[in-house]
Amino acid sequence: MQKKIYYFDHAATTPIRREVLAAMNPYFSKEFGNPSNLYELSRRAKSAIVEATKKIADTLGCQTEEFVFTGSATEANNITIQGIAKANREKGNKIIISNVEHKSVLATCQALKKEGFEIQELGVGTDGLLRPSDLEKALDEKTILVSIIYADSETGSTQPIKEFSSIIKKFKEAHRKATPYFHTDATQAVAYLDTDVNELGVDLITLSAHKIYGPKGVGGLFVRKGVEISPLIFGGGPRGKLRAGTENVSGIVGFGEAVRLIKSEKETKSKQIKFLRDKLEKGIFESIPKVVLNGHPIKRLPNFLNVSILDIEGEALLLHLDEKGIYVSTGSACNSESLEPSYILTALGRPYEFIHGSIRFTLGKDTKTADVEYLLRELPKIVKTLRQISPLNLDLKQKTEMSQPKAFIGGQTPHFLRKKE
Amino acid sequence: MKKKITKPRKIRPDVVNKFTGNTWAYSKVVKSHFFKPRNLLWDNPDGKKFDAEGIVGSPACGDVMRVWLNIDAKKDRIKEFKWRTFGCASAIAATSMLSVIITERGGMKIDKAMKILPQDIMKRLGGLPDRKIHCSVLGDKALRAAINDWFKKTNQNERIAVEGTKVLDPNTKVTEADIEEAVLEGAVTLEAVQKRTKVGIGYPECLPAVEELIRFYKEKYFGREK
Repeated sequence: MQKKIYYFDHAATTPIRREVLAAMNPYFSKEFGNPSNLYELSRRAKSAIVEATKKIADTLGCQTEEFVFTGSATEANNITIQGIAKANREKGNKIIISNVEHKSVLATCQALKKEGFEIQELGVGTDGLLRPSDLEKALDEKTILVSIIYADSETGSTQPIKEFSSIIKKFKEAHRKATPYFHTDATQAVAYLDTDVNELGVDLITLSAHKIYGPKGVGGLFVRKGVEISPLIFGGGPRGKLRAGTENVSGIVGFGEAVRLIKSEKETKSKQIKFLRDKLEKGIFESIPKVVLNGHPIKRLPNFLNVSILDIEGEALLLHLDEKGIYVSTGSACNSESLEPSYILTALGRPYEFIHGSIRFTLGKDTKTADVEYLLRELPKIVKTLRQISPLNLDLKQKTEMSQPKAFIGGQTPHFLRKKE
Repeated sequence: MKKKITKPRKIRPDVVNKFTGNTWAYSKVVKSHFFKPRNLLWDNPDGKKFDAEGIVGSPACGDVMRVWLNIDAKKDRIKEFKWRTFGCASAIAATSMLSVIITERGGMKIDKAMKILPQDIMKRLGGLPDRKIHCSVLGDKALRAAINDWFKKTNQNERIAVEGTKVLDPNTKVTEADIEEAVLEGAVTLEAVQKRTKVGIGYPECLPAVEELIRFYKEKYFGREK
């Protein structure tokens, strides 16, 4: 028998829900047609894609032609940044992003920098939020794209997208220009926040299926009509098609159904999840001393809780929780392949010793009160054990500034900083 | 003639420990020491109860190890090794294992303990993932710091060992410790080390020494080439 699991890592991925799987099932074998052919089998596959697109367009408040399916949110972000950079080179070479973007945005921008693009990163405050006035100052005639994540993937802090879009709109009107375009990555946010593209005033939105109980390997991008963008993947299909390749029919069908369901239950589930998240947050702060909240206390996705538990290290805590069947995530350097601490928590100005003890809990639609209670029973015991093992006793109040990086043996710089020098 | 049937290969997840084939993030021994640390200092350190203590690492780096020793001065052996560690599972397990190595069989001779190397700890742990070697490197350094503390307290200054931090290249101020770090991070050729540290680019006279150090540390951490 499989041991019961307590899954608190919904920001990493989610299980495919029953209804979605049922909708997908026929398209693996029975309805296997290639949607670009004309005979009936293919027409059925084609119409399945159209239906799925309608469900998504309905949620986004856009036209079906304005939505493109991709292989992942990472691919959608790549198309956005590289595609707009390529198509609008003559208009300008500046791209504005934030320092809490997803790696797929940051890495793509780093690559463009080498090709002569100017990348300006807006920095978040200690509360995890960007200031609209910073964008106002950053905008100039050369700017072709602004890409700001809706809610970051570590703390879930939500950015004021509407304020940003109205600043960009004013700028465009004042300068009588069609650019900059405004893109937001709503991968984490779509399940909980408003994603109507006209309400938000965005030109592009990135979505992913597997974060909302859909299948892995499917993402998508809304591209407003009139946005000049070049494809990255060429092949068959009509001219000007943004992404060539035979569609992942079953995945797209699942994606559509997942989006429809998430929309229909957005309000009730948000409330329910927020209630449990708040219970968890309160429980942790009451039962464990020396805990710091990472991210904005209120302007935050209802399923996110990121805390730093001082004097202990995140990977050790993660493995102890794992032993109890509880799955979480950490921003500690020890847990990453590159041995670098979370760049998002670093962007918040957290000292490294706080980041090493950071733990992210992300709840989901099926998280039960009993799961939270179980976590609240086990966590304090594990923290107590690890604190007994630890020689540290950090001061909660004094360490508000970034800690001295030159603190290693012999006054050396930590390994993760030295690489950047 | 019978056809030779080949067994289907076992599919291995990539978290498998390359030394042991275990599918947990670490070896069984690491797991055991992580969940049940040996010789841990449970009570708050008294200060007077121990003959010597040493500490290395920094909270900012994510690893801190503190070691307390009681020493049999007549026999020149370490009687007791207590410790506390802030760090990941391998850091905790490595210090725990070091405490066992030092205190088993009536306690290790001080001179021998001074020579403990990271790979001695790793071998007993059943290996560590490459990128985690860094953590267990600290255990032996904390121990040496504690032994040096003992030497200082007992006026045996001639026995104090200084950790190697010789400057190799006067232009770039690259030290032996920098070469060690570079090798640990996977730069095992002169070219790779130069790319990382810029050692010897304006001072090629130091290169033979650098090459020798790379060989030394490569063998120390990744074993002798077959």
